[in-house]
Amino acid sequence: MTTDLIKNIIRFIVLVLLQVVIVQNIHLGMYIILLPYTLFILMLPFETPRVLLLVVSFITGMVIDGFFDTQGLHTAACTLMGFSRYYLLRFISPRDGYEPGLAATVEDMGFTWFLSYAGTLILIHHFYFFFLEIFRFGEIFRTLLRILLSSIGTFTFVYLIQFLFYTKRRNR
Amino acid sequence: MRNLIAFFVRHNFTFVFLLLQLLCFILMLRNRNYQGSHLLNSTNQVVAKVYETSSNTKIYFSLREENDRLAKENAILKNYLKSSYAAIPLIEYKKNDTFYKQQYTYLDAKVVNASVNRRSNYLTINAGSAQGLSRDMAVVHPEGIVGIIKDVSANYASVMSVLHKDVRVNCQLKKDGSYGPLIWDGKDYRYCLLTDIPTHARLKKGDTVITSELSGIFPEGIMVGTIDSYERRQNEQFYTVKVKLSVDLKKTNHVYIVKNKFKTERDSLEKKSQTQSDD
Repeated sequence: MTTDLIKNIIRFIVLVLLQVVIVQNIHLGMYIILLPYTLFILMLPFETPRVLLLVVSFITGMVIDGFFDTQGLHTAACTLMGFSRYYLLRFISPRDGYEPGLAATVEDMGFTWFLSYAGTLILIHHFYFFFLEIFRFGEIFRTLLRILLSSIGTFTFVYLIQFLFYTKRRNR
Repeated sequence: MRNLIAFFVRHNFTFVFLLLQLLCFILMLRNRNYQGSHLLNSTNQVVAKVYETSSNTKIYFSLREENDRLAKENAILKNYLKSSYAAIPLIEYKKNDTFYKQQYTYLDAKVVNASVNRRSNYLTINAGSAQGLSRDMAVVHPEGIVGIIKDVSANYASVMSVLHKDVRVNCQLKKDGSYGPLIWDGKDYRYCLLTDIPTHARLKKGDTVITSELSGIFPEGIMVGTIDSYERRQNEQFYTVKVKLSVDLKKTNHVYIVKNKFKTERDSLEKKSQTQSDD
């Protein structure tokens, strides 16, 4: 339990620093904005109590908002993501529930599961985020394109991170 | 009553969610209207420190460019040195001195964080209220305008870049003084749109666009950019001009903050006449 907590805190710090120090300096144009910090919410343990999940998502968003000077924007998107995560996990759960000790990674759950899980949540997050950011429907097609390309970008990035850092078990 | 409580307890997850969303929207709206009351933003000590450390590393990669730019600027400033002028010992010239009163003072600061690819972009600079900065001061670069200060803490300030959906800077054509607001359409960080230029203005590609005194924030005549193209949309009486910004906002390491010494006087005057006409 305690090791889980420490692991999650370290993951949080590393992902936030990755987002604000490194990823923010990768400029891929107006349409692709990478938000890999969402991996933190994706990788919270399956057993996390649902209200705690909301609170943790809220805090994550607020810290990112602090760095980006966008009060409430990432927070709103993250909270929605945490909220939908609960229902999505119930919807795509295996027949006899999630085995204790498994994590939401490609390694543990398989690529198809991860694609539907992370893909959906990242899309929800980005959809809400980009529409709140612009706050009007005037540039709708451009916003939709940004959502689509950024989601693909973030998913690829998140997948790469998992590929690099969470494939140790196979070697054992 | 008991039923109501039971209802809340049963759906506590949804209610917590809705409550947090409401909180987010309050934060977002406050961010649009007020200053200085945020829980956390980039002027926070920890956040700013992270940015500063990262920018200190980054800055080494552009030292050469920065040097060239400073050398160029030095050359220009040398032209203004007293020693570059011939002394003309006439009494009339001495009297002229009292005609001038310094209106704008400049202060330099280092950019510790900047973004260009979001719909509303911000910069964080390492000067704050301790250096006399406050909201709505102009931030410029030797090559062009950068933005307007939004929030200040003791040693840092966050700047709304011209690449922000709510920033409108009044600009004019250097040639004939036709003016209009400069906005950003979010397409490309190198271009802004100058709107509401009357159709009788004769535009040409490459014409210079400078800030106008009307903005009330920027001093008049600061370089903004050059005209890239212009069009008159159907049923509109005005040109929309695409302006290529002269400053590369991706590469601004040092900026100047402009303090307008007459700003409070002007603001209070404008406010006074406004309230009078409202009565």
